[in-house]
Amino acid sequence: MSEGGPRLRVNPIACQAHGLCIELLPELITADPWGYPIIAPGPVPDQLIPLARRAVAACPTLALLLAAGPDQADAGSGTARSARRPRAAR
Amino acid sequence: MSAPGLTAAEPGRPRPDGQVLRLLPAEGPHDLRAHLHRHGALPLREAGRLIEAVEQSGLTGRGGAAFPAGRKLRAVAEAAARASGRAGTVLVANGSESEPASSKDSVLLANAPHLVLDGIALAGAAVGAATSYLCVAEYRPELARAIAERAQAGLDAVPAQVSVTAPGYVSGQETALISALNGGLPLPTLVPPLPAQRGAHRRPTLVLNVETLAHIALIARYGPAWFRQAGTAQAPGTALVTIGGAVRAPGVYEIPLGVRLGELLAHAGLAGQPEAVLTGGYFGSWLPLPAALHAPVSAPGLREAGGALGPGVLAVLPGQCCGLAETARVLGYLARQAAGQCGPCSNGTPALAEAMNWIAFGRPRDDMIGWARQLTWLITGRGACHLPDGAAVLAASALEVFGEDVRAHARGGPCARASASPMLPIPTEPGSQGR
Repeated sequence: MSEGGPRLRVNPIACQAHGLCIELLPELITADPWGYPIIAPGPVPDQLIPLARRAVAACPTLALLLAAGPDQADAGSGTARSARRPRAAR
Repeated sequence: MSAPGLTAAEPGRPRPDGQVLRLLPAEGPHDLRAHLHRHGALPLREAGRLIEAVEQSGLTGRGGAAFPAGRKLRAVAEAAARASGRAGTVLVANGSESEPASSKDSVLLANAPHLVLDGIALAGAAVGAATSYLCVAEYRPELARAIAERAQAGLDAVPAQVSVTAPGYVSGQETALISALNGGLPLPTLVPPLPAQRGAHRRPTLVLNVETLAHIALIARYGPAWFRQAGTAQAPGTALVTIGGAVRAPGVYEIPLGVRLGELLAHAGLAGQPEAVLTGGYFGSWLPLPAALHAPVSAPGLREAGGALGPGVLAVLPGQCCGLAETARVLGYLARQAAGQCGPCSNGTPALAEAMNWIAFGRPRDDMIGWARQLTWLITGRGACHLPDGAAVLAASALEVFGEDVRAHARGGPCARASASPMLPIPTEPGSQGR
């Protein structure tokens, strides 16, 4: 697996929490308390790419995407994914 | 770069109150005559040189994200070049100011409308805009008058069209503005495509805050070196900030970036010994006082201190107010303002607001406090826009900065201060009874 490898991404507007991806690829996708998928960060390991493709194909709302390279180009947007995260709990 | 014509009228001399007035006229609103008298004619220069000058100036977006303005201009110009042979690009000047604690954009538009309109003309020419929109929170006859004055003087090849932004916290977000301009609902959309690639009218679109455009109008006249005479190397120039809460002179100030928070608040008449200051607005963070007084007021300076500059909001928590109660009310507002498009936000942001409500106004058990912390992690990065991220940052900072209050509430229930009248403004929401 390389840093530039394909990454899974959810379109949160399209996702309706059907949960098929969570069933098909538990290695990388887990459910949040409401049944929406949480994707493990980083590129998809080579050996899981066929399963990732299957999960993408199975999504009834086409909300799961397997995209090449880093999931966000930062060119030219004030809303590029910010690095701001809540500070860790003490 | 030489800056001919810089006289006593040159904007930007420090004043006794610590302000450096470049954007804001000292003597009241400027009509076109007063504007041209102060700043001289519109220096329409060739596109490449303006973009270069903005890049050299180090100007960052003043709408909240502090993204380099020159890079944004270049991205749109390049996207337009790739799509050559077709219609031009679109410029969107964002003066929606949906941040309830901010009033700097409306103060700027009321006092120096022509500086913003100059910026629209200049940036629009630089990226080949065929259409320019000026998005504002409410219709104002003065703006229409200013645009008419320019039309009469034959100033703008592409006159700005005023567009009134739908009410609501997320409707001023850039993809929501574009969605509305395209005839859709004023709701955020998924990126990519970034507006610079495909935005309004499906064209490469430059979205800049109105203050950013006003700075561009000055950089085009006086040059990047002049721009850097105020501020610091990392955060050059001036910025408009809205100071509220426990100060004797609340309002909009134009400050050199990097000024110490303590010095700025002293100018605004810091009253009493407040416990904390909200930095960066409702997507921002609380910082403890007096510890944070040494922090430089700039995007990098406040970030280093654990806060945020955002759109320039600084709200000092009055001694009689409870920071947890203030935070809970804002989170309730954010939860109600969520677009309802993304599951993790639709579920998680109200859950976080509810948990913060218990912590502020109830007697929270440890599991409730732990659940609030967990929610801040669960919702971060999981919406199409940054609303859940912002809500999480604000809640997490409150739990940390007001940690002692959290423990006191857990032991003995809410403090007396929780019932004090609120400091942070919560807009009246259509259809809600102000829960």
